[in-house]
Amino acid sequence: MAKKMHDTPNLDQLESGPWPSFVTGLKELAKDKDYVVDLLGQLETSYRTKKGYWKGGTVGVFGYGGGIIPRFTELKSEDGKPVYPDCAEFHTLRVMPPAGMHYDTNTLREFCDIWEKHGSGLIAFHGQSGDIMFQGATTDNVQKAFDEINEMGFDLGGAGPAVRTSMSCVGAARCEQSCYDEAKAHRAVLNTFLDDMHRPSLPYKFKFKFSGCPNDCMNSVQRADMAVIGTWRDNIRTDEAMAKQWFAKHGMDELVNDVVARCPTKTFQLKQIKNVKTGPSISSVAINDTHAIEIDNHDCVRCMHCINVMTGALAPGKDKGASVLVGGKSTLKIGGLMGTVIIPFMKLETDEDVQKLVDLGQRTIDFFAENALEHERTGEMIERIGLINFLEGVEVDVDPNMVSTPRTNPYVRTDGWDEEVDKINAKKQAA
Amino acid sequence: MNQAVQEKPAAKRKPKETGVPDNKKYLHPLMAKNYGDWKYHDRPRPGVLHHVAHSGDQIWTVRAGTQRQMDVGTIRLLCDIADKYAEGHVRFTIRSNIEYMVSKAEKVAPLIAELEKHGFPVGGTGNSISMISHTQGWLHCDIPATDASGVVKALMDDLIVEFRREEMPNRVHLSTSCCEINCGGQADLAIIVQHTKPPVINHDLVANVCERPTVVARCPVAAIRPAMVNGKPSLEIDETKCMCCGACYPPCPPMQINDPEFSKLAIWVGGKNSNARGKPTFMKMVASGLPNNPPRWPEISVVVKRILNVYKDDARPWERMADWIDRIGWPRFFEKTELPFTKYLIDDWRGSRSTFNASTHIRF
Repeated sequence: MAKKMHDTPNLDQLESGPWPSFVTGLKELAKDKDYVVDLLGQLETSYRTKKGYWKGGTVGVFGYGGGIIPRFTELKSEDGKPVYPDCAEFHTLRVMPPAGMHYDTNTLREFCDIWEKHGSGLIAFHGQSGDIMFQGATTDNVQKAFDEINEMGFDLGGAGPAVRTSMSCVGAARCEQSCYDEAKAHRAVLNTFLDDMHRPSLPYKFKFKFSGCPNDCMNSVQRADMAVIGTWRDNIRTDEAMAKQWFAKHGMDELVNDVVARCPTKTFQLKQIKNVKTGPSISSVAINDTHAIEIDNHDCVRCMHCINVMTGALAPGKDKGASVLVGGKSTLKIGGLMGTVIIPFMKLETDEDVQKLVDLGQRTIDFFAENALEHERTGEMIERIGLINFLEGVEVDVDPNMVSTPRTNPYVRTDGWDEEVDKINAKKQAA
Repeated sequence: MNQAVQEKPAAKRKPKETGVPDNKKYLHPLMAKNYGDWKYHDRPRPGVLHHVAHSGDQIWTVRAGTQRQMDVGTIRLLCDIADKYAEGHVRFTIRSNIEYMVSKAEKVAPLIAELEKHGFPVGGTGNSISMISHTQGWLHCDIPATDASGVVKALMDDLIVEFRREEMPNRVHLSTSCCEINCGGQADLAIIVQHTKPPVINHDLVANVCERPTVVARCPVAAIRPAMVNGKPSLEIDETKCMCCGACYPPCPPMQINDPEFSKLAIWVGGKNSNARGKPTFMKMVASGLPNNPPRWPEISVVVKRILNVYKDDARPWERMADWIDRIGWPRFFEKTELPFTKYLIDDWRGSRSTFNASTHIRF
């Protein structure tokens, strides 16, 4: 039995209502832990005063420089003593999940046993970077908890100016849209940069994220310094039986208004079967006895919409791989940035293919480490030095897929033009 | 600094730098067997996915909402359900929903009943309003102006009906963030702290706590400069330049940006990370000045529900929030949602010209 609970009139109001309540969970833990009794006391104070009371510090595990988020209470009485002394230290362990966040129950139960023994008993599945967050341990217990979690085969994630924990979608494990082995790429890339993760010494954070198709379920384009997004080069695959089944269920209005009209490049057409084109870039499939869908894949931007709507009837092609975009980030300091296409397409099937992605990551991180200012993300660095300087730094050739449009102003010195044309021609001939 | 872990050098254990664990041993056997070879999926009912592999194998997934910040009792209960009603394997989605995989259709209904019995709502699939991406807030963050889990609990209590259904025009992703850094991320609709007053500086502490050049460099509008205040080295702010973003607060806690009254909440709409139909979009601010009103933030709930209701009524099938606004235009968005379009919603940050209407495309 723990000590008596503090009054929590504000938090109590978060126990009613149908959604699962974290307050109820905390109160369960507080039955046995003075630690959580005081945590509730401090949280209730925040709800009353509308102020936060945690400050950072330096807490780590032996051998690593990051991965622990230290928290010390700042809610102190006039004599400098913590108002809620039992939760004066409330550190978090960031632990990397398996790609796709799959678990068996034995593993989850083992996490619970360790965290009940050494920590608060509160675990978040998962943090915004993808970590399992073991929330709330004293400074003394951080190492003990880590040692046991580490013995299970789990490792700390990133914090501070370091390569951060990554995320990948469910992907090949259960999704028909998957265009590469997300888990394999995720693991190969991240496990190359463990030194840059566990011993933070980069200018600022660096995030990789892995989405299996352009639906980008990991939100990599807006969050990742390097986003690896699955795509394909050949034609959309079709299945006539399923196309007819779809049409029989949904009808002409939905086909026209929800699919044809929503194709961003208008390459998805509905035609009489006798008028359907054939050719190496054409996908077509009958939807009934008179009409068929025709897609000229050269004009398709692989947006996924028609495949999302007509899953099974339509599917990504077989020549699969990924596009790589660099420089996505959120607000600080210059505003949100989307990633920019750096590699329009690369295969990710063999170990050699995946190694090429690892090498690109290595060149990008090396260039970032050398050239970014303190607290500057990759996207901000590219904004400051220009995309061309970045591409030359990471040894990637320019490609029109990297821009929405060519430049709209003449403010550029072009006296190297002929030389660049010669280089492009020489490369073409060598290919 | 606290170095208690290093007091006993003899007991030091070297970490096993194992990195990302291999996920193969955690996969449901059917997922391991049909890895990379799935053909299609459908949704027999909200909250349930049915995937079919080229081999003919089928797997059913039941998705349920959680509070994300879970006590070990809750996690053990979720495991008990997995062992008794599913097949011992679970996974989590990016929005902290839990998924149970089963190999037979008849296992779905009892699993759903058990989850619902214990208060885990089944849903969050297809065109539903899924769980809100969120951060730490007062529970654990060192710079929050508001809470995260509490805001989410209060909002999801109101939105749970749409979590359990698939009746929105397209999927709806929500996020909340407790400061302007926006850790909650881009979403169809986001609730983000918006400070309205410059930081209040404790000049007695700056010299000892803050690396002043770092703080000066952190300001997006160069409004911070070193200064001597009361004979002590400190920092001062040009308040005519300061736009109250709070970027100086993390590296310099004596520059307190959070204020119980003046740290407000803003609503943003139209973020989309998917490439489906249009390219990915960033969300746009459409309302601000809302009060930070724990424990249930009722004023936020009113505006969020109003926007979502208008979207639900007005958008066509498959239009995400951004697609819908593209069709109806911003003037009508503000008219329909009864939100005031103030001068603060016209961008004046870098790149703002690309947000101006350089055409006569005007709807009447």
